[in-house]
Amino acid sequence: MNSTKLLTTMFAAACLLAAGAAHAGATLDAIKKNGFIKCGVSDGLPGFSYADEKGNYSGIDVDVCRAAAAAVFGDAKKVKFTPLTAKERLTALQSGEIDVLSRNTTWTSSRDSAQGMNFTGVTYYDGQGFLINKKLGVKSAKELDGATVCVQAGTTTELNLSDYFRAHKMKFTPISYDKSDESAKSLEAGRCDVLTSDQSQLYAQRIKLAKPDEFIVLPEVISKEPLGPVVRHGDDDWFDIVKWTLFVMVDAEELGVNSKNVEEMKKSTNPDIKRLLGVEGDKGKDFGLANDWMAVVIAQVGNYGEIFERNVGKGSPLKIERGLNALWTQGGLQYAPPVR
Amino acid sequence: MTEQAASLPPKPPFWNDPHIRAIVFQAVALIAAITFGWRIFDNTQDNLSRLGIASGFDFLSSSAGFDIIQTLIPYSAASSYGQVFWVALLNTLLVSALGIIFATLLGFIIGVARLSKNWLIAKLALIYIEIFRNIPLLLQIFFWYFAVLRAMPSPRQSLSLGDTAFLNIRGLYLPAPHVQTGFGWVLAALGIAIILVIMLARWARQRQMATGQSFPVLRMSLALLFSVPLAVFWLMGSPLHWEYPELRGFNFQGGLVIIPEMASLLLALSIYTAAFIAEIVRAGIQAVSHGQTEASFSLGLNSHLTLRLIILPQALRVIIPPLTNQYLNLTKNSSLAAAIGYPDLVAAFAGTVLNQTGQAIECIAITMAVYLTISLLISLTMNWYNRQVALVER
Repeated sequence: MNSTKLLTTMFAAACLLAAGAAHAGATLDAIKKNGFIKCGVSDGLPGFSYADEKGNYSGIDVDVCRAAAAAVFGDAKKVKFTPLTAKERLTALQSGEIDVLSRNTTWTSSRDSAQGMNFTGVTYYDGQGFLINKKLGVKSAKELDGATVCVQAGTTTELNLSDYFRAHKMKFTPISYDKSDESAKSLEAGRCDVLTSDQSQLYAQRIKLAKPDEFIVLPEVISKEPLGPVVRHGDDDWFDIVKWTLFVMVDAEELGVNSKNVEEMKKSTNPDIKRLLGVEGDKGKDFGLANDWMAVVIAQVGNYGEIFERNVGKGSPLKIERGLNALWTQGGLQYAPPVR
Repeated sequence: MTEQAASLPPKPPFWNDPHIRAIVFQAVALIAAITFGWRIFDNTQDNLSRLGIASGFDFLSSSAGFDIIQTLIPYSAASSYGQVFWVALLNTLLVSALGIIFATLLGFIIGVARLSKNWLIAKLALIYIEIFRNIPLLLQIFFWYFAVLRAMPSPRQSLSLGDTAFLNIRGLYLPAPHVQTGFGWVLAALGIAIILVIMLARWARQRQMATGQSFPVLRMSLALLFSVPLAVFWLMGSPLHWEYPELRGFNFQGGLVIIPEMASLLLALSIYTAAFIAEIVRAGIQAVSHGQTEASFSLGLNSHLTLRLIILPQALRVIIPPLTNQYLNLTKNSSLAAAIGYPDLVAAFAGTVLNQTGQAIECIAITMAVYLTISLLISLTMNWYNRQVALVER
């Protein structure tokens, strides 16, 4: 397993070595030529990207890629998913193994700059928390001095964890695993006292445990984790499409357009909705796509609210509240520029 | 003279001269290789700058910001990525060196046992070899880590060995020795004892050459090695303080801890490689013809001396080269550490550092160079040793 991982990394490095110089727009050209989008997702995180026993993926991150496929091809099914561990994901994107990384990845300055990537937006506003066994009687993260902590290797989580314990002058023993499943197993077995990850993941991992009720999420949120899709530098057209796919879904929710009423809404008199659905103007064409691509995205995948509720919200086992991820009009942070 | 020169065949044109041809072909091959290498390097630089990815080795001096479970040298989250490299390298070297020692000891024992005249011992050795060398190493690591060491009790229910050592799911906690003033003398005494042993061995050898009388070198050496430092230790008033692990809060604090990640990796590597070494040892011993044993017996050497003076020196010549391969394999296999979270070079440096910095090419290049260097060093050492034990033709 590890050797495959090393191979992947080396293959990725080799691709970087071998790939010829390309002109801007190469990614979009290649996608159109291939007929599908190569999308990097998580190796198993319920609600975000999770493959069922038949290999069908579902989750917010998965839907973002489907929406991009609907935008480019008019067909949300034209996606090839590649499950990646936290350690593999960035190299896979850098090397061109995938076209877009939609894998609960935190937007940070170094990823935008030194690592040569572009975050296209925020699909989920998250923060890092702690999952712990009730038996230990811990009520706050500040009581964790001396604890053994399971964490996923190669994540911002690993860095926040060290920062938090340093800032509070506490000691801890880290165990870094490649896969979130291994962390969860270790927490269950008692190899570590507490597991740290983004809060959304903690809820998702908790339902995978044998006895979810024995574990609680501590109240502290120790970091800002804006999670979003990422593309690599060098193809602005593709960057725009992925970015606006997300914006369109947020705008659609704000305008009350969803997958069920999208056809009716085309008759709406509201100019914002008319532009969004390609009934008026040629905003869609400006992206080099079909004029009604935004309507297709909404019809096939849904608006942001639908995606959220279906995957992590009330319609899912996770039952996460909208919280920060509510629309700006409802006290949340989800806000998209207008289609104009 | 002139007649002779005329009878020689005419000098072939230079393109048919095998000498010149050879040089030209080699030059062409060299230029092609260099061009290819340069093209790759140049292309990479080009692609990296086009994608806006940082390159170069400056990242090694910036601060890492994450912690590591096992560090043999001082390290904190404020240390640099360069320090992570050394920590990770030492972790790799530690597990490889211990693995080589254990695998060799176990391998030799099993290898000899395989040839035992005792039916049960021979069969048990055979079963051991067939089981452990035929199961993939990664599976064995998982077995020890997830099946065996996960069955240990929680810290509060630790298995206690006389209240000094504790075993639980977090590892084996041992008392840690703390050196106090005066311990230097004990080390000095040990050094003197070692020098004495070497002198004793030389003297015994010379005496045996001259008079034919043997001397119990091994027993005397062991006695010297233990008694001299121990005597000094008592004289200096036991200048060693033991720090015992204590259960405080979540876990045992203080003392020395062997983490289960390291233990399972070490167990799996040693046991797996020992199976191969055992077969190499068996083959080596069987390669020495039985006539040698018979000749030795007829000269009046007993079976112990026969093994030590006749069979082993000859068997070693056969054993060393494949044994080197096993050492190399073990070292390289230690990179499977990443699968269970042991912070070796691949997990901590080619994994975490690569990911945090995004500088894949640099990290992988450094890691490959390190493994290459370690492997070459092991090869060199073993080749040197091989020359020492090689048959000297007289």
